[in-house]
Amino acid sequence: MEATYNYKVVRQFAIMTVVWGIVGMLVGVILSAQLIWPTLTEALGPLAPYLSYGRIRPLHTNAVIFAFGGCALFATSLYIVQRTCQTRLLSDGLASFVFWGWQLIILLATISLPLGVTSGKEYAELEWPIDLLITVVWVAYAVLFLGTIVKRKTKQIYVANWFFAAYIITIAILHIVNSIELPWILGGAGAWWKSYSAYAGVHDAMVQWWYGHNAVGFFLTTAFLGMMYYFIPKQAGRPIFSYRLSIVHFWALNFIYMWAGPHHLLYTALPDWAQSLGMVFSLMLIAPSWGGMMNGIMTLSGAWHKLRTDPILKFLITALSFYGMSTFEGPMMSVKTVNALSHYTEWGIGHVHSGALGWVAMISIGSLYYLIPRLFGREEMYSTRLINVHFWWSTIGVVLYIAALWIAGVAQGLMWRATNADGTLTYSFAQSVNAMYPFYTIRLVGGTMFFAGMLLMAYNVWKTVAAGKAVNDARIPEAVHA
Amino acid sequence: MDAGTLSSIVTVVFFVLFIGIVWWAYHKNNRKKYEEAANLPFEEEDDGAGGRRA
Repeated sequence: MEATYNYKVVRQFAIMTVVWGIVGMLVGVILSAQLIWPTLTEALGPLAPYLSYGRIRPLHTNAVIFAFGGCALFATSLYIVQRTCQTRLLSDGLASFVFWGWQLIILLATISLPLGVTSGKEYAELEWPIDLLITVVWVAYAVLFLGTIVKRKTKQIYVANWFFAAYIITIAILHIVNSIELPWILGGAGAWWKSYSAYAGVHDAMVQWWYGHNAVGFFLTTAFLGMMYYFIPKQAGRPIFSYRLSIVHFWALNFIYMWAGPHHLLYTALPDWAQSLGMVFSLMLIAPSWGGMMNGIMTLSGAWHKLRTDPILKFLITALSFYGMSTFEGPMMSVKTVNALSHYTEWGIGHVHSGALGWVAMISIGSLYYLIPRLFGREEMYSTRLINVHFWWSTIGVVLYIAALWIAGVAQGLMWRATNADGTLTYSFAQSVNAMYPFYTIRLVGGTMFFAGMLLMAYNVWKTVAAGKAVNDARIPEAVHA
Repeated sequence: MDAGTLSSIVTVVFFVLFIGIVWWAYHKNNRKKYEEAANLPFEEEDDGAGGRRA
């Protein structure tokens, strides 16, 4: 039998990335409209409670991070590990299990969160039965990915796989430790799905933000860097600028990221030394982050002209620019004096979206435009022009979004801290809310543009799929040794 | 040994370990190995847009 790659699971995840991207971002658009028109969904009568802001906000974050981002990572990691190890996935059955298991988790999240079933931990809202399911599926994914590396035909393990491996192992640890919780049925009353964290007080807060920030560090950064280390060299047609730098990048990120969590808890009950530790480690993160960014961008040296004509490369390189921007902004915001102004304001939301839309979504979109034609036996996407339009809509959308929230955040922070000569507050809270309207409107416009870009992508993918034929098993080409 | 001393020792060990990694990454004996690894995505004949059907 001829040796082949498993493209089926890659294709399934790639298509679902587009689907969940649209769902997750649509919920985001609804939320940002609710901030301008708080009674927007009240007209829905009996449905209104399920679409209230507090319930669909976690739906939005879970959908974009774990459904959209997650599917993109499954698709790309399982593609890259096969192609750079020159071997088929460890097991087709396990691959199907990971795909359907993950879709089931997303479905359960989509039902339980609007019903108000939540453990109340940010980015870890899902209740204990779903937490257990996540653990099982994640371990299956780890076995599938690491097992494929073990049976590789190549001598070296390509750097992208190191990044994916670190992400898979770390997310397992983070998820398990942060989700240790006591189901309320053990207390003998109440809803069977309800649980409470095993940690209390400031310990709970610290475990939560150790989890929360490393979800950013390892899910939204390390893993997407794995994507970057494969698709940028491939699309640019030249190897990564410095492989050595990529090794230092990898280890520096792993050593430092783990300790940055306390910057979410500055000026709280967390001991002061822990706050300072979190701030210092966050500042140190600039070095590996920018090293990695430069490594990706410099890969284009000598081929800069490709940026003019290749919209896929535009997506990938612009994503890196946003990565550089948000990894500069993040450490700045973790400085205590800056944090005193920025924390709890819209600036935080702006910062998150510069990373999430600018970096995570754009590197995923670029990678998918590379991947999808290959998964359907086509030379390229149905329309390259539409990719270009998508690129500009998303870029302008993100810029509008983050610029509006920078101004909004700083204005909010200044209004909250302003005092009169006699020590009373200059502005009431409602006045600061009132000042937000113009910025919320610009944000809605920016977010809608980004969302519309995803619809354009769906159309382009649809036409590509319609013209192509699904590739289930791709022949493993003979290696050409230099 | 109290927790403070222990964490100081761990910090120093990690730091030395990291310096070791940097030294290892840039050691000239490893140059060829890394060049090889960097070319892994290109080792196969072009995966040609349009993966070949089995």
